[in-house]
Amino acid sequence: MMFTRDLIEDLARGAAFLGTGGGGDPYIGSMLLKQAMRDVESIKIIGVDEVPPDALVVPSAMMGAPTVLIEKLPNGAEALQSLIEIEEAFGQKAFAVMPAEIGGLNALLPLVLAAKTGLPVVDADGMGRAFPELQMTTFHVHGQPASPISITDEHGNCVVIWSKNDLMGEKLARATVVAMGATCQMCCFAMLGKHLAECGVRGTLTAAIAIGRAIRLAREAHEDPFEALLTALRATDYYKSSYVLFDGKVADLKRETTGGFARGEVRIEAIAPFTGTMEVSFQNEHLVAKQDGVVRAIVPDLIAILDRETAEPITTEGLRYGQRVKVMGASAAPVMRSQAALDVFGPQMFGLPEPFTPVEKLQANFA
Amino acid sequence: MKIGVDVGGTNTDAVLTDGRQVIAGVKAPTTTDVSSGIVQALQQLLGRAKVGTEAIDTVVIGTTHFTNAFVQGKGLGEVAVVRLGAPSTLALPPLCGWPERLTKCIGDYRQVVGGGHDFDGRPYAPLDERALRTVAKEIRDRGLRAAAISSVFSPVNQSFEERAAEILRDENPDLQITLSHAIGRIGLLERENAAVMNASLAEMSRHVVASFRAALDKLGITVPFYISQNDGTILDADRVAQFPVLTFASGPTNSMRGAALLSGLANSIVVDIGGTTSDVGVISNGYPRESAVAADIGGVRTNFRMPDILSLGLGGGSLVTDDAIGPRSVGHMLQQDALVFGGSTLTTTDIAVAAGQVDIGDKSLVKHLDKAMVARAIDRIHEMLDVAIDRMKTSSAPVPVVLVGGGTVLVSRKLRSASEIVIPENAGVANAMGAALAQVGGEVDQVMSYRGRKREDVLAEASDLARKRAVDAGAIASTIAIVDVEELPLAYVPGEAVRVRIKAVGDLAPQNPKGGKRKAEHAA
Repeated sequence: MMFTRDLIEDLARGAAFLGTGGGGDPYIGSMLLKQAMRDVESIKIIGVDEVPPDALVVPSAMMGAPTVLIEKLPNGAEALQSLIEIEEAFGQKAFAVMPAEIGGLNALLPLVLAAKTGLPVVDADGMGRAFPELQMTTFHVHGQPASPISITDEHGNCVVIWSKNDLMGEKLARATVVAMGATCQMCCFAMLGKHLAECGVRGTLTAAIAIGRAIRLAREAHEDPFEALLTALRATDYYKSSYVLFDGKVADLKRETTGGFARGEVRIEAIAPFTGTMEVSFQNEHLVAKQDGVVRAIVPDLIAILDRETAEPITTEGLRYGQRVKVMGASAAPVMRSQAALDVFGPQMFGLPEPFTPVEKLQANFA
Repeated sequence: MKIGVDVGGTNTDAVLTDGRQVIAGVKAPTTTDVSSGIVQALQQLLGRAKVGTEAIDTVVIGTTHFTNAFVQGKGLGEVAVVRLGAPSTLALPPLCGWPERLTKCIGDYRQVVGGGHDFDGRPYAPLDERALRTVAKEIRDRGLRAAAISSVFSPVNQSFEERAAEILRDENPDLQITLSHAIGRIGLLERENAAVMNASLAEMSRHVVASFRAALDKLGITVPFYISQNDGTILDADRVAQFPVLTFASGPTNSMRGAALLSGLANSIVVDIGGTTSDVGVISNGYPRESAVAADIGGVRTNFRMPDILSLGLGGGSLVTDDAIGPRSVGHMLQQDALVFGGSTLTTTDIAVAAGQVDIGDKSLVKHLDKAMVARAIDRIHEMLDVAIDRMKTSSAPVPVVLVGGGTVLVSRKLRSASEIVIPENAGVANAMGAALAQVGGEVDQVMSYRGRKREDVLAEASDLARKRAVDAGAIASTIAIVDVEELPLAYVPGEAVRVRIKAVGDLAPQNPKGGKRKAEHAA
């Protein structure tokens, strides 16, 4: 398909939902994309099957604390410099770029790079959502290395990391990001088409557009946007089991920026007919939602907080005391729920004591 | 007794209140100079109530003047927009995303110079003072009179914005400068937008505030006067002259609070039907529900706290055609253009007269209208309101609906979405009522240490301080509520330092000039 300017808002909104509170404010991403597409009619989006086996695909993303990015905006030259470093490292020109992370801002940034380079964007990513750490991808689960990792800041400082394993890659990248003031643009997990065919989460870019469009159309038709959102999610390959978990008002909000992450917790008090209190803790993204101490949804399943009237997804940095919100849970892609995947981005990897339980099972238990 | 004044685009309304009791309410046309309209309204008001000026202890003015001026791009000053942030931020220059008709008003002088802080308050680039001195000279050469200065992470470290202002002032001693950290929170684009809006209104706000004062002086009213701001609390006049942007959206807040007070319903949906639009909002526990999404003002994104308002293009002056009602309206030309006033435009007011809902103007002038067409238009008006009310409701259960504003005559029967329809007495002056009973706030904005203490205890201490400040500003202690809490960890300061911002608001205690009552209220 051809991606045109009129799809920017739909993609941003859908990506914000899949960002599960993190992944950076897609508003910044949509502004960057609008600027980049001022003189570009359209961007080509291709399926994984359209990538030749030996062609190089390069994921592009922003790394850092989302709360920082809404202040310290990019310079605009970072992503291209990171891409050029990867092409030099591989001794091969990129055939296409792609999102590493479809949740939040990082769904849009590869399109910004595509608008500047004329490259197509592959309709897939490595998460089907957003995650705070570099190795938390299906690429890693399948043994595809993140290295070489190229990181560029807005001053033009550039670091290329050749790591022996992805955990070390994350550690070195994280230290670099902190030194760069908690935001940068990176390329990592560059791979050939034949490898991407094995480990990508397919169709997520077009799914994000469909989710965003469903919310917009419902609003325009004065219909309930939550009904439309649930219908759209149930029509996707992965997010089929989706629920409104809670409805309430933000009563307390605690957050801090440490080690390049935005960490914290939000407490929401019920609006009738819901009762009790829901607490959602986050590390860039929402990790676990508990209602009166009972787990309702837990990572890697998706937890989104949305404006209760408009179904506009709210990022953790956009949360404010007193907001009226609904909390939604949705199932992650099956490839994200395997034991091998949970060993990389399951609850224990975020220091949570609770085991992973699929949201549909938690919902059945709760009801 | 208090006076509340609402200076709208069409009418200047005034009410005289004693506690929550309305003594009198009047409407006068808004005048171009603002001040003579206020004088006229207040003269009528005092005459009708037979009260002398000595009985007045507070005047609160609500005005949509600044919001309207900005949205319509009328009377805005050119602004030098200076961002301290390079080499970061260059991908999104100042004013990106603004509609062109507004950027035309602001002018094209925009500079991003070297500077900015990281999230921990340390500079990532030194402030480029040489570039700023060039900027200062260019501002002088262009004859610009207002400037907005933003800097990356200025809510954490404001030193660059302050230093930049000094440098600009060296060349331009009379330059009106708005610093972004003084009005906004984290979010560079939104904060910068608010600073630019404020700077563009700087010149106008001095004149408007002076004309308010002149109007009151002319009537011999010498008590302090206040202007209401977007969260329903009052600001003193000097602060408004400096920060007009803080009054944005005070109109809907005042009308909704006024409707709640007049109807005595603390939980309801309020529909304010004006000449061009109807604003639908939700009152919960006496306060307007706040919008959770970024506030968009005239197409410009900000991060102000705003009441959650659904505005639909239906008012007393809306144009009626075979297949549509509104959103176009004759606006303040209703008294010339509508059929019942001898004009040639079919408006919703003509429909209401033809249907016998109200007797305004000359009803013989709408006798010729097709009865079936009139009935269809009346159906359509009710349908539009029903849909809007449904969208704002928090559950499907019918809720009481309070109708206020001049356009209430459009409604003649029950609405499906409403359990009952309440049109309070003085519904036409709900805005002025909301202004009269605007609340006072107490704010804490300071760096506090969390080291060795529980976060809850620190916040409780700060909340108590905010409450105390609200009481000192004249609030009744028992009515005070905490409406805003924001924490901003300052990693660059040792000792787990956090910038804490808390706002408490409460009802303004009656200010008896002899002072006895106010004290007693505080003790309660």
